[in-house]
Formats: sequence, C-alpha cells, structure tokens
Amino acid sequence: MTKYILKRIFYLFVTLFIIASLTFFLMKLLPGTPFSNQNRMSPDQLKIVKAQYGLDQSVFVQYIRYMGGLLQGNLGTSFQFNNEPVTALIGQRLAPSMQIGAQAMIVGTIGGILLGAVAAIRKNTWADTLATFVSILGLSIPSFVLAVLLQFYLAYKWRIFPVALWDNFQSSILPTLALAAMPLGSVARFMRTEMVDVMSSDYIELAKSKGNSSWGVVVKHALRNSLIPVVTIIGPMAVSVMTGSMVVENIFSIPGIGEQFVKSITTNDYPTIMGLTIFYSFLLIIVYLIVDILYGLIDPRIRLGNGGKE
Amino acid sequence: MEKILEVKDLHVDFDTYNGVVHAIRGVSFHLNAGETLAIVGESGSGKSITVRSILQLLAKNGTISKGEILYHGDDLLQKSTKEMDDIRGNKISMIFQDPMTSLDPTMTIGKQVAEPLLIHNNVSKKDALKRAEEVLRLVGIPNPSARMNDYPHQFSGGQRQRIVIAIAIVDYPEILIADEPTTALDVTVQAQIIDLLKELQQKIGTSIIFITHDLGVVAGIADRVAVMYAGRFVEYGSVNDIFYNPQHPYTWGLLDSMPTLDTNEGSRLHSIPGTPPNLLNPPEGDAFAPRNAYAMEIDEEEQPPFFKVSKNHYAATWLLHPNAPKVTPPEGIMKRFAKYERLGGNVK
Repeated sequence: MTKYILKRIFYLFVTLFIIASLTFFLMKLLPGTPFSNQNRMSPDQLKIVKAQYGLDQSVFVQYIRYMGGLLQGNLGTSFQFNNEPVTALIGQRLAPSMQIGAQAMIVGTIGGILLGAVAAIRKNTWADTLATFVSILGLSIPSFVLAVLLQFYLAYKWRIFPVALWDNFQSSILPTLALAAMPLGSVARFMRTEMVDVMSSDYIELAKSKGNSSWGVVVKHALRNSLIPVVTIIGPMAVSVMTGSMVVENIFSIPGIGEQFVKSITTNDYPTIMGLTIFYSFLLIIVYLIVDILYGLIDPRIRLGNGGKE
Repeated sequence: MEKILEVKDLHVDFDTYNGVVHAIRGVSFHLNAGETLAIVGESGSGKSITVRSILQLLAKNGTISKGEILYHGDDLLQKSTKEMDDIRGNKISMIFQDPMTSLDPTMTIGKQVAEPLLIHNNVSKKDALKRAEEVLRLVGIPNPSARMNDYPHQFSGGQRQRIVIAIAIVDYPEILIADEPTTALDVTVQAQIIDLLKELQQKIGTSIIFITHDLGVVAGIADRVAVMYAGRFVEYGSVNDIFYNPQHPYTWGLLDSMPTLDTNEGSRLHSIPGTPPNLLNPPEGDAFAPRNAYAMEIDEEEQPPFFKVSKNHYAATWLLHPNAPKVTPPEGIMKRFAKYERLGGNVK
C-alpha cells in the first residue's frame, strides 16, 4: 500500500510537470498583453516594463526561469494584485473556496447516499418517487440558478440567511446548498441503481436468513456494497464543484479563488494563471488518489498492494 | 418420532405482470426430529418456494395465500416480523445454492459466520468470533484462525459452500434447510459437502430439509423423499419406496432419466417429453397428464387424491385407484420393482 502511494506521488509530480509546461506555452499563445495601457506607452517605456517582468526574454528562457522558480516553490509575483506573490494570493483566497467546496461535497455525498438508499429500500413507493424527483432536480438545475433562487427566498424574502456576505458559518450555508445540489443528485441516482441491485442479491437474502432485521440488513450489508459506483463519481464531481464554485462565489460575494482565476485570464496575469492551474491540477490529482485508496477500503477485492488475490 | 415441523395445505401465489401465478397449490408435509427429508423436482416445480415460505423469505410479489406452517405446533404464519427474525438463523436456518454469490464480498468471513450469534445470543464479539472459528474448523476450513480475516474471494467454491454451511449451523439450528447446496459445485466437491452435512447432522442433531433436482444426491442423504411437480407433491415415502417402489408416472420418468451403471453404452438417455404447465392457469386435473404416457381421461378432469401405497408411502395418481386398469411401467422401473420384491422392501 505504502509503495503504491509513493508511486502515485511520483506520478503526481510528473503529471504536474507536464501540465505546467503545456499551460505555460498555451498561455503565451493568448492574445493581448498584461499591460492595459500599452498603447499609451513609448517603445522605451514598454521595453523597461517588459524587462522588469522578464518578458523581454525568449519564451523558452522564460519557461526555464519559471520552472526553476517552481522547483523552489516560487510561483512568481502577480502582475495585477499589488505585486503580491502568487503563493500568498492563493493562500489568502483559498480558505473560503475550500470551505464551501468541501462542505458541498460532504453534504452532497452523504445526502445523496441517504436519499438513494431510501429510494432503493422503498422502491416503487411514494418515497422512491420523491427521492428520484429531488435528485433529478439537483442534477438538472444549474448551481447558479439555484444560488439565485436560494438567495431570493431564504435571504431576501424570509431573511433567514445573509444575502451575500462572508464572515461566519451561517453565511456559508447558502453557497454550500447551491453547490451541493449537483453532487447530491448524482450520488442519489447512482446509489439507488446500485442498491436496488444489491438488495436483490443472494448475500442479502442470506443476511435476512440469519435473522437480521431489515434495518440490520441495510446497515451491515447493503450500504457498503452499494458504495463503489458512488466512489467512482466523487472524482469528476469534485472537479465540477470546484469549477462551478466560480460563479457561485461571485453571486454570494465570497472572496474565493474562483473569481481570481477568471480575472487573471482576462488580464493576461501569467504568473497567477500558472499558479492557479498548477494548484487546481494538484488538487484534482490528490482527489483521484484518495478515490483510488477509498476503493480498496470499501471493497477488499480491489485492495491494492497486497495483490488482493490468494 | 416427534414432528418438529408440519406444513399444512400451503398455497403460494405470485403477482406478476401477466397475472397471478399459483406457484404452490396445496403442499402438506412434516419433518421429524433428526431426519432428512429430500424434496425432488425439476426446475420451477416450486421446491425452493416451498422452503422459502417456511422462513418467509419470499420475493416481494409472493404471498402465502393459504395454509399453516406449524413449528412445534406454533403457526409461523401468525408470527410478527420481530418473532420471525428471532427464528431465522437461530431455530431454522438455510443454506443457499450458489456459494459464489451468497457471501457478502466486503465482510470478513469470521464476521459473517459470527453474525447470527451476535444477533440472537447475548454474547460478546470476542466470544462470537471464537465460536465462529470453531465452527469453521468443524466444517473443514483448514487453519481457520489464520483465515478469519480473509474475504470470500480468497476462497474456492467448495470452501465457500463450507463457510455458508458454517453460517447456517453456527447457532445449532433445529432445522436446516439446504436449497440445492451442491448444484453449483463440481461432482467431487458435491460428495464432500454431502458427507459434511451428514456428519454435522450426527454431531448437532439437526433435522434437514434437502432440496435438489439430482436424484443421485438424494439417495446419499435422505431418509424420506417427496417428489414435487407443478406446485404439488405427487409422491412421498422412504428412500426405498421412492427408488424401488415408485408409483407415480412422474417419479418413473425422473428415475428413468437418471443414468445407472446398467445403462448400455450407446443407448439414449431417457427424458420426459414436453414441458411443465404454465401455473398462471393451472390445469383442472393432474398437472402431469399432458406429458404422461399412462394418462387416463380422468387425469384431465380431476386432480387425483393421495392413495396409500404402504405405511408412510403415498402417491397421487389415478393409477392406484381400485378401478384403474393395470399398466406396465417402463423396463427400468420394472427392474427396480424386482429388486424391491427380492429384498422384501429393504433395499439398502
């Protein structure tokens, strides 16, 4: 297991290197320059400014310099946010994004598992229909629409939550709900399908014949065996929650990282684009690593490292 | 002998898309303490449904529409869900057909074997696991202490069936229902499992209801045999009665389609022509009549009652009616009759 994780961490760095290189060259192909007032600068002034940011060198030299800095953990300095180091920029803005992202994933996954399980156990009853309806809503309503709806009713009309504010836990509830709908919907769908299958399997019948109550059968045997497809979709789901958060952050005025990403692309803030891309990639690779480890924990047949087989 | 289980006039219906299927149409039998009763019949005859009704483990669309299932005189059909949970896996337990799919793939076998103890007996987890280990040794899992934490996929099919048996007997049930426990196994392993069941019956004194479609297996394990066809019993009696003095044409057909050592090389294996009736609309008369070469007119019209052949041996065929014409059974059956007579009804 340890060997496997070490191997995966090695691949993580290889992948990050490739992503960083690709992004670097693609980014240089973006039209425009980082300097918004370029037209009013004399050629000499432009030269001085370019030299200051190292943009006078050939793209290849810039690449070598950047990768050199990256190796030392230096992501460079932002062009637009008061010359702040990109690492500091990410650090400040990361916490709110991570908080609502993680909260949404937790609410969505746990809620979806419960909803899907209820639907499966009460198959073809009103509870199943209701659960299916809720999950289809969750899947089909875009997070930004839901965000606005939540904002309008829960915050503006009924004054339960703040409209758009970022200070305490209460202010994180609406954005969390807006982001959680999609994972909740898809987890519930997958959970229901798999659990209906599991509930009709032979080992569930054997579990019943042992004298388990219907509750005991579900908790001890059916839930864990139904989780594999759910784990499979957690990876891609984390991606969409993370990217989806940009719009939602904007709606609720959350000082998150998503907004910066968009801004840095429109202003050709090269170091920030690079830093955020590398950071997001890192996060995704870690999520996938966790998913793969979870597989083994849930299902011994795909346990890694020890071969799994006799 | 004490009757520990008595099933009276059991009727089971299944609600399907096409209508109501009358899967079990009046089955009655009893089980004596310590004996093995085999229920034989082809696929779809209702063997599994009969025994599943005892534990009330029918599929959601199945209902027991009529009948009584008396366990020590108490009707199980009147019990609450909770009371049935207390009986399952404790007083009456079941061995399933396919060991490859009947174990939970994500739970260690130690825990799976210990589970009935934890449900029914007020024991600590540690004691339950200790007992599970003993039972695994009893059913012949080599080196059980080292294998308690292994998962089902790490065992072979035969070993898995031993584990399924261990789960069924861990709480010393009074009645063990074995639903085709050897069907999914290869022949050498089949024999081992049969021997194991016989050995366990000696050790823990359980009664067994053994379901199979394999008459060869029946001869090895059963005390009494019931032959089932289209949701009814057609003949029941001791192993000797059924094998050497069969009376129902369906039993003849079954026995005749079993290859024996006398079967000549190159000769064709017998089979019963036709297919069982559709139980959406069960026939008025004897369900076997359309496939029965010995059928009479009355077979089409009226269901035959059970006629007594000898003590404990009954068959539901009009051929046993005093007014019925004498018929000559197939050659293979005549040989069996001859053997029965020669040995005075005591063939074993």
